[in-house]
Amino acid sequence: MSGKVMGTRVVRKEDARLTTGRGRYTEDVQLPGMLYAAMLRSPHAHAVIEHVDVSEAERMPGVVKVYTGRDLKGRMGPIPTAWIPPNSDLKMVEHPALAHQHVRYVGDGVAMVVASSRSEAEDALEAIRVDYRPLPAVHSPLAALEKDAPQIHEDAPDNVALHWTVGTPVEEAFRKAEVVVKRRFRQQRLIPNPMEPRSAVAQYNASTGEMTLWATTQNPHIHRVLVSGILGIPEHKLRIVATDVGGGFGAKIACYADEILAAYAARDLERPVKWTESRSEHFLTTTHGRDHVDEVELAGTRDGRVTALRVKSYANLGAYLSTAAPGVPTILFGLIVNGAYDIPYASTEVIGVFTNTTPVDAYRGAGRPEATYLIERIMDAYAQEIHMDPVQVRQKNLIKKDQFPYTNPFGLTYDSGDYHQALDRALAKLDYPALRREQEALRRQNKYIGIGFSTYVEMCGLGPSEVAGAVGFQGGLWESALVRVHPGGKVTVFTGASPHGQGEETTFAQIVADRLGLPMEDIEVVHGDTDRIAMGWGTYGSRTTAVGGGALARATDRVIAKAKTIAAHMLEVPEGAVEVEQGRFHPEGQTDRSVTIQEVTLQAYLAWNLPPEVEPGLEASAFYDPTNFTYPFGAHVAVVSVDPETGEVRLLRYIAVDDCGPVINPMIVEGQIHGGIAQGVGQALYEGAIYDEDGQLVTGSFLDYAMPKARFFPRLELDHTVTPSPHNPLGVKGVGETGTIASTPAVVNAVIDALAPFGITDLEMPLTPPRVWEAITQSKGGRVS
Amino acid sequence: MTERLSIRMMVNGQTVAGQVEPRTLLAYYLRDDLGLTGTHIGCDTSQCGACTVLMDGAPVKSCTVLAVQADQCHITTVEGLASDRVQRAFQEAHGLQCGFCTPGALMLSKWIVEQRPSSSETEIRDLLDGLICRCTGYENIVKAVQRAVRMAEEDAPETAVGREVSS
Repeated sequence: MSGKVMGTRVVRKEDARLTTGRGRYTEDVQLPGMLYAAMLRSPHAHAVIEHVDVSEAERMPGVVKVYTGRDLKGRMGPIPTAWIPPNSDLKMVEHPALAHQHVRYVGDGVAMVVASSRSEAEDALEAIRVDYRPLPAVHSPLAALEKDAPQIHEDAPDNVALHWTVGTPVEEAFRKAEVVVKRRFRQQRLIPNPMEPRSAVAQYNASTGEMTLWATTQNPHIHRVLVSGILGIPEHKLRIVATDVGGGFGAKIACYADEILAAYAARDLERPVKWTESRSEHFLTTTHGRDHVDEVELAGTRDGRVTALRVKSYANLGAYLSTAAPGVPTILFGLIVNGAYDIPYASTEVIGVFTNTTPVDAYRGAGRPEATYLIERIMDAYAQEIHMDPVQVRQKNLIKKDQFPYTNPFGLTYDSGDYHQALDRALAKLDYPALRREQEALRRQNKYIGIGFSTYVEMCGLGPSEVAGAVGFQGGLWESALVRVHPGGKVTVFTGASPHGQGEETTFAQIVADRLGLPMEDIEVVHGDTDRIAMGWGTYGSRTTAVGGGALARATDRVIAKAKTIAAHMLEVPEGAVEVEQGRFHPEGQTDRSVTIQEVTLQAYLAWNLPPEVEPGLEASAFYDPTNFTYPFGAHVAVVSVDPETGEVRLLRYIAVDDCGPVINPMIVEGQIHGGIAQGVGQALYEGAIYDEDGQLVTGSFLDYAMPKARFFPRLELDHTVTPSPHNPLGVKGVGETGTIASTPAVVNAVIDALAPFGITDLEMPLTPPRVWEAITQSKGGRVS
Repeated sequence: MTERLSIRMMVNGQTVAGQVEPRTLLAYYLRDDLGLTGTHIGCDTSQCGACTVLMDGAPVKSCTVLAVQADQCHITTVEGLASDRVQRAFQEAHGLQCGFCTPGALMLSKWIVEQRPSSSETEIRDLLDGLICRCTGYENIVKAVQRAVRMAEEDAPETAVGREVSS
């Protein structure tokens, strides 16, 4: 029999297949008679398509068909946007799957070739002749707002995609402020780069009208809704499969043109069609992340109390509105810019801007890293301004344990927490006073180390759906679970969440195993297939365990309730007098007489002798809508060294104390934090998309875009506190994004701290050696006075 | 008709022979022609290492090798690793999340464990430089390599994965 597995380091059920080459990713799907699609993409950032000639391409070996934007016009719907923040005056510009008149960024789709092989399709792309009339392009959001800037969409005057404000009045607080600190922070554009490129395999059955689309998505059911609308295939004849997905980080939330074009061709040609992006295409066409300019003002007292915060953000949304894009710099950012601090007055104004760049959408953290960066950076700037230690400023302003539930200036209700405790733990691990003394001693030897803090909070597990509607998300935010106990006592769990690396095949099995008293091996978690799971909303925003786990806990408890009724009947005792323990049902206080869950299940299916009114079978489903968001929090500390001769930053230590509520599998939670930290450090030190003046993406491959490598990191030092959330049955808060959210400002604060002797107070990310070196050489003649 | 060349190689202990276009990369030959889809292609500039296989015992990025260059060679892919201690170490140390870079990580790690077993943690991190993993932050990949080295030292039998680990 099984012991308790919740809270233990159970190895992952996923790994047996993933370590033996038996995973089934979309690109692995091979079908008889399959054709391959390849996309011709605009080499111009902004141009009018004058003429497209595909005649030569059509005659190339192996080519079955070539499609242009004109061919598809009116035959399929545009690529939709699914988040319309209220009162934002959002300009819903048209986004055709293939451009038929204008191209608006380098990578915009112009034509699709379908051929017998991958290489033949790619060869034929080169034979397509397109006459472009180039137009002036603009890639920065501030430049796009200037008066004489090129207009990207006719129906979005001045390139303004949205304009949104939220918060309390702050003017009086600023008037009365003893201290005002102003900063302009640039959140550079990042490229998500999950290691699996996007891919699609479409198979159409002309006799039934059924379409199966294997696709690299984080949310197959949302795709079913959207693809159904775009292609006019009713939902009951459309199956989206995303069983093994090689990471997403937000970039696989969006509904993209390419996957739908593959499906269009499969239906048109009545042959299976595969399309897989190259990494170069990923850089150009899969959504990017961040890209803000944030103007931040903080008002406070001389003795370290923050009294107000004012934020004005320019968010680059790229050439078109991606699926969730409008919600990222507004709802997911603007409502939480006060971070973990009790700030009485705060306001956010966001201007979303169209530019001739790849569309921007959610990227790990989505809005919350941007919010956390600006508040954590300006808290340090404030501390410096009033000559106070950055830890002390944080301690003075962190929301106190007894203030929960805490309502922030934007109306969010933070669930629970002990923010000071997390910081105290981090400080203890760090030995802060000793490290400050060491820093002082090293400075006298012209060696520079810095200590940076980030005491963050984030919001995830979004819901209830009523709130989703109120904030303009065009979907629900509940989650579904179905727990089916089979006659032999094995269990299949069907979840509407769609994990793609987060390990819920394991953690969800842990939840069910303990509740039903069955061994892990007897429980299979099924996800990522719209034919096997009725409905769900997918995996993003650290929602899976909080919301999907909540649904699962409820469904499992319903199974137990029914099993108890049957067990009571079998034991011939009243239902209320049955106890369940480790998969055995026994009369209260009588452990010598019992029936096992397997025996009960068998009876449930045989139905020879069920209690009156009890139907045969043993399964239950739940559609769980959370009562509110969850708010993971913690304290991260980075210790860095900066070499003044080269500008090189080394991460010496990294301490992370996180609170994601009760931990189901510590091994998996730690893994999420490790990976999250690496991505956040990537933004701070290495990564950044760069466009040139013509709108060409200069950083278009792993040769030019610096991804974090193993040698960049010390061993990470993790600790945690546990504060359950009252907002879901498991009390869990979510952990998928915390590392990324917390780590970027911790590292930048550490570098700025190291550079304090040079009088450097801010630097733009990423803090690459040339950038740091230049700042040092330009400061006070490059020498410490 | 494009010219095709005959090749023959030993893949995971079995002889395979076929005809390929000269431009066919080993990675595509393994995946598309041999159906060995365990080897993944994560980039087109030979940086990510997801496609790493062992060629005559040495790790190579199979997207950088033409199939014809592998003619007469011994190739080991992740499918040929069955029940290797490196796989077990990756499972027990949680050295993978989405699993996409994992085949390459395993092949590279197998080589480290067998050819550079006395590497320090810093050296292991340097040896992993040809691998990009977006999920793990590398922390647990490094631990998995160290764990596999320990297993090899203890000559642990290559048996089933322990169900609960306390690393």
